[in-house]
Amino acid sequence: MPRQDPKVRARNFNEVALGYTHEMALKEANRCIQCPKQPCISGCPVNIDIPEFIKAIRDNDMPEAVRILKRKNALPGICGRVCPQETQCEEVCTLDKKGAPIAIGRLERYIADWEREHSSELPSSPNLPPSTGKKVAVIGSGPAGLTCAADLAKFGHKVTIFEALHVAGGVLMYGIPEFRLPKAIVQGEVNYVKSLGVEIRLDSVMGKLATVDELLKDGYEAVFLGTGAGLPMFLNISGENLNGVYSANEFLTRVNLMKAYLFPEYDTPIKIGKKVAVVGGGNVAMDAARCALRLGADKVYIVYRRSRVEMPARHEEVENAEEEGIIFKLLTNPKRFIGNDQGWVTAVECHEMELGEPDASGRRRPIIKEGSEFTIEIDVAVVALGTTPNPLIPSTTRGLETRKTGTVVADEETGKTVKDRVWAGGDVVTGAATVISAMGAGKRAAASIDDYLKRK
Amino acid sequence: MFKIVTKEKLCPVVDFFKIEAPAIAEKAKPGQFVVVRVDKVGERIPLTLADWDGKEGTVSLVVMQVGTTTNKLSCLNAGDNILDLIGPLGLPSEIENFGTVVCIGGGVGVAPVYPIARALRQAGNKVITIMGARSKDLLFWEERLRSVSHELIVTTDDGSYARKGVVTEPLKELLEKNKEISRVVAIGPAIMMKFCSLTTKPFGITTIVSLNSIMVDGTGMCGSCRVSVNGVTKFACVDGPEFNGHQVDWELLFARQRIYLDEERRSLELREAHHCQHS
Repeated sequence: MPRQDPKVRARNFNEVALGYTHEMALKEANRCIQCPKQPCISGCPVNIDIPEFIKAIRDNDMPEAVRILKRKNALPGICGRVCPQETQCEEVCTLDKKGAPIAIGRLERYIADWEREHSSELPSSPNLPPSTGKKVAVIGSGPAGLTCAADLAKFGHKVTIFEALHVAGGVLMYGIPEFRLPKAIVQGEVNYVKSLGVEIRLDSVMGKLATVDELLKDGYEAVFLGTGAGLPMFLNISGENLNGVYSANEFLTRVNLMKAYLFPEYDTPIKIGKKVAVVGGGNVAMDAARCALRLGADKVYIVYRRSRVEMPARHEEVENAEEEGIIFKLLTNPKRFIGNDQGWVTAVECHEMELGEPDASGRRRPIIKEGSEFTIEIDVAVVALGTTPNPLIPSTTRGLETRKTGTVVADEETGKTVKDRVWAGGDVVTGAATVISAMGAGKRAAASIDDYLKRK
Repeated sequence: MFKIVTKEKLCPVVDFFKIEAPAIAEKAKPGQFVVVRVDKVGERIPLTLADWDGKEGTVSLVVMQVGTTTNKLSCLNAGDNILDLIGPLGLPSEIENFGTVVCIGGGVGVAPVYPIARALRQAGNKVITIMGARSKDLLFWEERLRSVSHELIVTTDDGSYARKGVVTEPLKELLEKNKEISRVVAIGPAIMMKFCSLTTKPFGITTIVSLNSIMVDGTGMCGSCRVSVNGVTKFACVDGPEFNGHQVDWELLFARQRIYLDEERRSLELREAHHCQHS
């Protein structure tokens, strides 16, 4: 798939991957052998009928391809871009054993982009069943909440989404940068969910404005919690509160949601570092590092305590980061941040690490090499260690069971929590995971809620 | 969109706004704040509630012009809309019958002190209020604060009205002569809250301050507002904004308040060229 040149794209926020042309999509679709076992479908967390939409592309029937895709997935423009297909649908593709798997994600993206460009020629809203007259509240408008709401609306229920921020989309808006996921595409898919009759109430911090119990008393027959894992983790080392040290959530929220990269046309400022260290090895760390570079940093380091193979980030994003000139300091762990007398960070002191035996996560445990301390000069640091669920809802909801990590306990298949009429799914249940797994959870919960409402 | 019902100039650089926000008004409690975003290129800033009326469905904010966003706000009038108003956020003030409480409001901090003093009085406390401003023309809400206080002391730094000096002077006198004081609540510039805390410390009297650190979302997802209290990092937006002033790391708060001074100046320069045409 064509991409922007690394040298050029490292200084702009435009989308890196440019998408398939029609000819490329057709060529790729023609590689699919339409195997009878269809392992790709079970590899997809929302079980899209992949061979079927590929066949529609081949038949040059794009409206049909859109219809097949949207039957299972309300947000294909997003999934085609950010899903880790290499560990999902593409990993189990029959062709994977005989060379390269079908580029299912790219084809999905091609269909979604085609639909957006041809929206005027397509029916404006899908056929919906008659209203059941039942109201469901969905808390959070990230991938889990949007998917759950879309499916519930398709079942004929009246859905209201409550969103704390001033735009809908959750991590798709504040977390994933424009150059990986253009915000216009996210808002396009949010508008599709609205076109199904879903009402989205922004600026509504649940737990503060109303509790879950109040919603249940207030005429909502079921509540779905899709509040994500938005609470940043810090290293808890000395100097972490120095000026210039950000959580990845803060850094990315300023850049993506508040458009601080367009300061001062936009009012939200950000400290632009010349030398930036990003601590962590996940997708969020890659996003933060690549944002720092685009803001104009000369040197951006990824500081990660394990080695390259243990990095949880997508391979493609690590490669993109490398091409753009991000410097990887692997087997390196911060010991403390060092600041000047004005309270600004000037360096990070690190330990070298070595890998020991595998730990509970199955990855080899990093061990400090004694006496290996060295410092890296920096003026901005971004801590991207991961996130845990925000306690606002659990702490204000009676009878919800949570784990030590703050995640809400819910049935894996149905998303049902131990609390009557309350379901949950996505990162609030699993801890920080992927967009598509949150969508899968939203989908399963919608089916379970529908089942409950029908039997009621 | 949140409609401005009333706007009133309290002094040349301070405006009062009454805003239609029924859901927030119904839930608001003393000590809580809202996050405001004026327009679509706007930033999110926190403002502590000055008042609310659940029946009327309004919340009140008192805003001092100090930079881009507060200047944009000052350009708005009754009938205009504020794009986003999010709240009520933060933990409410602890309101109990403590006995005798001294409430201190410095500068624009007079406004958020008002509902706290009122609630403390309703809870049965004897409320002594000290309000301070740099000079007479920056004073507002004297009568309003008097109406919820058993005793009111007014100071101006330059002596242009009432008692000359800063709020910590009458505070110290009160603490020396009045043994029943069991709690102090101080809201204003960080430097004032620090010195109020230093004044009460030798007397061992719990001193509650409302920390005004930099915020983005105001819901606990970013840690921009982090402060150190008793050696532990806290998020002012969800763990506060009120903390025990004797436990606050004031130097850290001052340093973190200065993070964007250069950017704030640049933004202001860009906007000032067309003041009040940009909302």
